[in-house]
Amino acid sequence: MSAMAYDGLAMAGRQLRRVRNSPGLAVLTQLMPVNMLLFFGYVFGSALAMPGREYRSFLVPGLLVATAAGGLMTGMFQAAQDTHRGVTDRFRTMPVSRAATVLGQAVADLVVTAAGTVPLLLTGLAVGWRIEGSAAGAAGAVGLLLLFRFACTCAGILLGLLTRSEEAAGQLGASSFVLPLLSNAYIPTDGLPGWLRTLAEWNPVSAVTTALRDLFGNAPVPEGAAWPVAHPVAGSLVWSLALIALFLPLAVSRYARAE
Amino acid sequence: MTTTYAVLSEGLEKRFGAVRALRGLDLAVAEGTVCGLLGPNGAGKTTAVRLLTTLLRPDGGSARIAGHDLVREAAAVRRRIGVTGQYASVDGDLTGRENLRLFARLHRVRGPAARADALLERFGLTEAADRKAAAYSGGMRRRLDLAASLVRQPDVLFLDEPTTGLDPASRARVWQAVRELKADGTTVLLTTQYLEEADRLADDIALVDRGRVAHTGSPAALKALIGSHVEAVVADAGALPRAAAVLDRLTGREPAFDRERNAVGAVTTDPTLTLPRLVRELDAAGVPLLDAGIRPPTLDDVFLRLTGQSAGRADSTDSTDSTDSGERAA
Repeated sequence: MSAMAYDGLAMAGRQLRRVRNSPGLAVLTQLMPVNMLLFFGYVFGSALAMPGREYRSFLVPGLLVATAAGGLMTGMFQAAQDTHRGVTDRFRTMPVSRAATVLGQAVADLVVTAAGTVPLLLTGLAVGWRIEGSAAGAAGAVGLLLLFRFACTCAGILLGLLTRSEEAAGQLGASSFVLPLLSNAYIPTDGLPGWLRTLAEWNPVSAVTTALRDLFGNAPVPEGAAWPVAHPVAGSLVWSLALIALFLPLAVSRYARAE
Repeated sequence: MTTTYAVLSEGLEKRFGAVRALRGLDLAVAEGTVCGLLGPNGAGKTTAVRLLTTLLRPDGGSARIAGHDLVREAAAVRRRIGVTGQYASVDGDLTGRENLRLFARLHRVRGPAARADALLERFGLTEAADRKAAAYSGGMRRRLDLAASLVRQPDVLFLDEPTTGLDPASRARVWQAVRELKADGTTVLLTTQYLEEADRLADDIALVDRGRVAHTGSPAALKALIGSHVEAVVADAGALPRAAAVLDRLTGREPAFDRERNAVGAVTTDPTLTLPRLVRELDAAGVPLLDAGIRPPTLDDVFLRLTGQSAGRADSTDSTDSTDSGERAA
């Protein structure tokens, strides 16, 4: 086994043990989207043009992607916390692969995310959401979701390494909930004024959400949307891979750099 | 036989914006010895350690750690060092045992679980092994930090203020560990604000002042240079001249008066001047003695003498006059 893979597994193991040692935080994190599904699904759903069950089916993929976008916050907070508390510096004085530390955190996060979507999916099933497409399509949807989560976590780790302070990361992270608000995660974008619609549709959250709706068979691809939403699977792949190609090397080199 | 240096730095420079934290740090620590980096807050001790452990990049100068160039062979340096400091910490969300197993794995130690157990035992943490490190007391946490830097026996161990804020029992434990490491051949570079700590552990002391090594020597040599402070407190001010005359005769230095406390003091480097002798001489001279003492030099004394400023006020304005009144020969 290569040194990087070995270090990466050890680092991922560390992150998973942390979650196991503090299960309360993980539970709270997972409760959030479940609550949003119930509130949005029944409160907003009653006021929207879409009938209730149809809106909740529309909403579940949106919440899955909004939760995946939370990787930005989680990645940032963990990296800032480790830096602030001196854990990062201890690793940096050790013969540990620099890439492994970042990758280990991001991979462990994927495992936690995958497990964490189960309560949301179960609640979705209880309120009328169904996989209406093929099994292969559903598997593809999960793959796209995790790839997007990975991209968001990489970006978050870089921001966390740059901010260093837990408090700053907390503040910045709390404001990241705006990201899914400016997308089609909770509402269709075709009712928005032109410039706002363009902005929302170029938000990567919109491409991935549309891809999930399409692959789960919950809603058709909207007409006349911007390219990433009109071609949601390709759009999601391009967005996620571009974000990873940008932020993963930056996070690794920021981590490796002695000041 | 030539001396091999485990840590050898020449002219290390480090700036943070406009602040020159290190201004040409020269340091030579012989293999298998303990070197104490002694200095007040802000002198550059921590910056020096962060540089020498590859966490910071020097702006100038060079250094070799265990024979490897600090900058060009950073990876090799990291394989040979252990670091314990307030900034290089363990993971509070993991238990003590999980922390040590993780570090042992990352260091490719054979049998990481057994190594973790052995270290927990050695540092008296077996009972707390399965509690989260965040719940540890300060002393336990510091011991776990130290254990974490020893999962694989390092060639050079860096300890940044290893006992600051510890209770005496924990402090003694850390000191014992340092002595054992030295006996095993590990070179130790420790920073401290306590002269006593450097005195007990270090073969050599490097006094750091404003980003440079101001003085190097053994603790004994350093103390001999400074001398001890001899003091007598008398019952009435009228007896002060008599007491001063005795001190003058015993120490050969001009005494200084503290009239508020009815006290008189002088500096001595004479090892035969003991407390019983001091008391007998003062008594024989008819001094109504209330209190007497021979106090070893403090870090403050050392700094005042060698750098011309107080250890507590290292960042204050420069003072070129390093002679205080008590040191003038009578």
